[in-house]
Amino acid sequence: MERKKILEIKNMNISFCQYQKGMRQEELPVIRDLSLSVHEGEMVAVVGSSGSGKSLLAHGVMGILPYNASMGGEILYRGEPLTEKRIRKLRGKEIVMVPQSTSYLDPLMKVGTQICKGKKDLVRQKKLDQIFSRYSLAKEVQEQYPFELSGGMTRRVMISTAMIENPRLVIADEPTPGLHQKAAKSAMEHFRELADMGAGVLIITHDLELALETADRVLVFYAGYTLEDAKTEDFCKEETLRHPYTKALWRAIPKNGFQYIDGVQPYVKDMPSGCPFAPRCSRCSEKCHGEIPYREVNGGYVRCVYDS
Amino acid sequence: MKTAKFITKQMIKMFLLLLAVSIVAFALMTASPVDPLQANVGQTALGSMSPEQIQKLEEYWGVGQPPVQRYMAWLKDFIRGDMGVSLLYRQDVTKVIAVKLANSLFLMIIAWVMSGLLGFILGALAGMNRGKLIDKVVRGYCLLISSTPAFWIAMLFLIIFGVWLKILPIGLSVPIGVEASGVTFLDRVYHAILPAFTLSITGISNIAMHTREKMIDICESDYMLFAKARGESTWEIFKNHGFRNVLAPAMTLQFASISEIFGGSVLVEQVFSYPGLGQAAVSAGLGSDMPLLMAITMISALLVFGGNLIANLLYGVIDPRIRRGGAVR
Amino acid sequence: MKAFAKKQKTGLTLKKSGWNQRQRLLFWLIAAVLFLMAVCIGGMFLDEAAKTTDFSRKNIAPCLAYPFGTDWLGRNMFARTIRGLSISIVIGISAAAVSAVLAFILGVVSATMGKAADTMVTWFIDLVMGIPHMLLLILVCVACGRGLKGVILGVALTHWTSLARLIRGEVLQLKEQQYIKMARKLGKSNLYIAMKHMAPHLFPQFVVGLILLFPHAILHESGITFLGFGLSNEQPAIGIILSEAMKYMITGKWWLALFPGLMLVLTVVCFYAIGENLRKLVDPASAHK
Repeated sequence: MERKKILEIKNMNISFCQYQKGMRQEELPVIRDLSLSVHEGEMVAVVGSSGSGKSLLAHGVMGILPYNASMGGEILYRGEPLTEKRIRKLRGKEIVMVPQSTSYLDPLMKVGTQICKGKKDLVRQKKLDQIFSRYSLAKEVQEQYPFELSGGMTRRVMISTAMIENPRLVIADEPTPGLHQKAAKSAMEHFRELADMGAGVLIITHDLELALETADRVLVFYAGYTLEDAKTEDFCKEETLRHPYTKALWRAIPKNGFQYIDGVQPYVKDMPSGCPFAPRCSRCSEKCHGEIPYREVNGGYVRCVYDS
Repeated sequence: MKTAKFITKQMIKMFLLLLAVSIVAFALMTASPVDPLQANVGQTALGSMSPEQIQKLEEYWGVGQPPVQRYMAWLKDFIRGDMGVSLLYRQDVTKVIAVKLANSLFLMIIAWVMSGLLGFILGALAGMNRGKLIDKVVRGYCLLISSTPAFWIAMLFLIIFGVWLKILPIGLSVPIGVEASGVTFLDRVYHAILPAFTLSITGISNIAMHTREKMIDICESDYMLFAKARGESTWEIFKNHGFRNVLAPAMTLQFASISEIFGGSVLVEQVFSYPGLGQAAVSAGLGSDMPLLMAITMISALLVFGGNLIANLLYGVIDPRIRRGGAVR
Repeated sequence: MKAFAKKQKTGLTLKKSGWNQRQRLLFWLIAAVLFLMAVCIGGMFLDEAAKTTDFSRKNIAPCLAYPFGTDWLGRNMFARTIRGLSISIVIGISAAAVSAVLAFILGVVSATMGKAADTMVTWFIDLVMGIPHMLLLILVCVACGRGLKGVILGVALTHWTSLARLIRGEVLQLKEQQYIKMARKLGKSNLYIAMKHMAPHLFPQFVVGLILLFPHAILHESGITFLGFGLSNEQPAIGIILSEAMKYMITGKWWLALFPGLMLVLTVVCFYAIGENLRKLVDPASAHK
């Protein structure tokens, strides 16, 4: 069955403007040449380690980048360019974002009112009650303030802010940090449900294992680059994976051997030319320092000079 | 129970501070090299007095007594409501203060409310529209006003409205030559317009600037970003989140500004020769009228601490994190 | 279906002016410093001119020869204004300096000497904040029997509170930093930590705080002299010039009040400009703007 593309991002770049020593200003690229697509009913996870700037991907799509950031590339929503004007109209209605921490909730507004954006009519109230019972949140929670919620409750409240709308695209920014295994799993389940109801779901996370349990496709994000775009099935064995970094990640999963590789990902300022993973890669050669193409391999994509 | 304890604690703190203020003020006045006898009775009058009379006066002023003893005597009287006799006005200080305070309060309350409301609106507007034209205008205004001495603004207004346009009076809270009983309320308002206006204008900048800063902090918060991502319009964002969050700090600011308004009124009243507490403070200071100066210090400190107390209590009412007894994250 | 690019607003304006924000800040900073230096140096040379009376040129409105006009004694108001400003600036700076030293000591004591000291200092801050500045100034001036000493001491005693709070906060924050704790665990002496790790952070903050005290100090100094406390008529600080102008204002001699006041405002604005611009340059967060 051919599903419709909800979101398509082509060659997205996001960079910051920053002062270097003294009076010089410099552009700091955070996301480079990122391409991905999300279909109806599909759940796509972008996985990368903390501090790699992947949150900006969500902010970029929602049109809420900080004022010193600039974005280039192309974003298509349901086949049409998602211009600033269009996202203004769609965000909070068809396109919703689920934020990453309590700080995204207004500390002085009751939870119920906040989910309804201050407009509590009967229809919304009814819907809210349904959502709360579905997420097994007590009705009293609606009258509480964010500081009175536990971590898991906060998470469910934040998903509720998406559920109260009729979203076609859900972008979740780090939905699981600070949650224990079970709560994190159930949070991911909630997103899976949203996808099964027909929405496109884009999850940005650092937790590969969790992503593999629920997502349909996984993008591996490293130092600003997407190194690989693979189906979840490809992670069943190492051979079907394409990029050396993905393979290293796979080997680091406990049941696959718990092997770590040395080194850390490079900081944006001292990025090597060519492949960003080259300094840590066992197969690194001359070729890796030139231009690296992002190409299709076996129904997925990879940014590597080698055929695996 | 918890609230009662909080209030009691705050009250005790306030009384201790008031006591300390009285000690500091008394100590400063005692340190003054000006001889109270000479300052208040006058060199010539002293010369023509008999030694017995001088001794009686000295006793009255407590010359020769150790300062601690004099302070205790003053404190005892003060607690009983007796603030001594003002030698500048040849009246009970209580009476002088009552008249002056009424005049000043009239002025200060107008200025306080006006500067508070306008300052809040301007500050919130500027903060919400950071970097835009309105923000630049408000910021420019604030910088200019906070760089301008209040008394000079008062002088400019006096020249423009009093001397050139002749539409507003040059000074005094009542028309000259009219009996105090013959003064109508309108007369009072008429004479308070310029001083109140000046005080409001100068007061706005402080409130606006601080409200703007709070608003900018709030605008940079994650929840404002999320509200934007949820498609709320600028007005909804302000109504739902901005206003709610800026209210408590703005309230604190507003009550903290009492001290500034009082300081401003000292200068402004002087320029407009408005017979309020501020002018009385200047005369008392210049004329070494210790009992009056002492009383004014106490009254103003009471106003300031009272304002702080109210602000603290209101904060608890507004902020649910305190009201519901949760830890502030 | 064309590619869209959201280009940054500041990015565009930058390219237009050719100067980035930091360079603009630096420009205004230097301009303000030059203005203040000109006033101070001018004041030194205009001492005589400010005092010279000449009844043949009484009450002249502003003209080319006397840009600020002359007063009822035929004194050149331009010379008086510059002279007065330079006196006020010197008084303001000395008062602010005393105040800043007080603030630094109390702030550091409050943050490092334990809970009792902290309570004491915060209590003192509350106390000073409790008396309106103007009134405390009057009280201190009365205590000192007026004169220069009273003004400097008064302004110094009223202005240290906010800077002391700032320094206390900074030191408390620094103490909690991981690298400071590490240094302590590594057995570095307190002095070493203070000099090597704390001073570099504290110093810029302190300097900016000090400079931002100047405008307040000068405003309060002019206020208290205007009220008649403080300096005598032989030292024509700007407050005295303005208070003399008050007496002649009703008769329509507006220039006596207008120009000295304007110059005072300009001076204070310059101090603000220096302080604020310096703060932005020092602030690490401004790197992103």
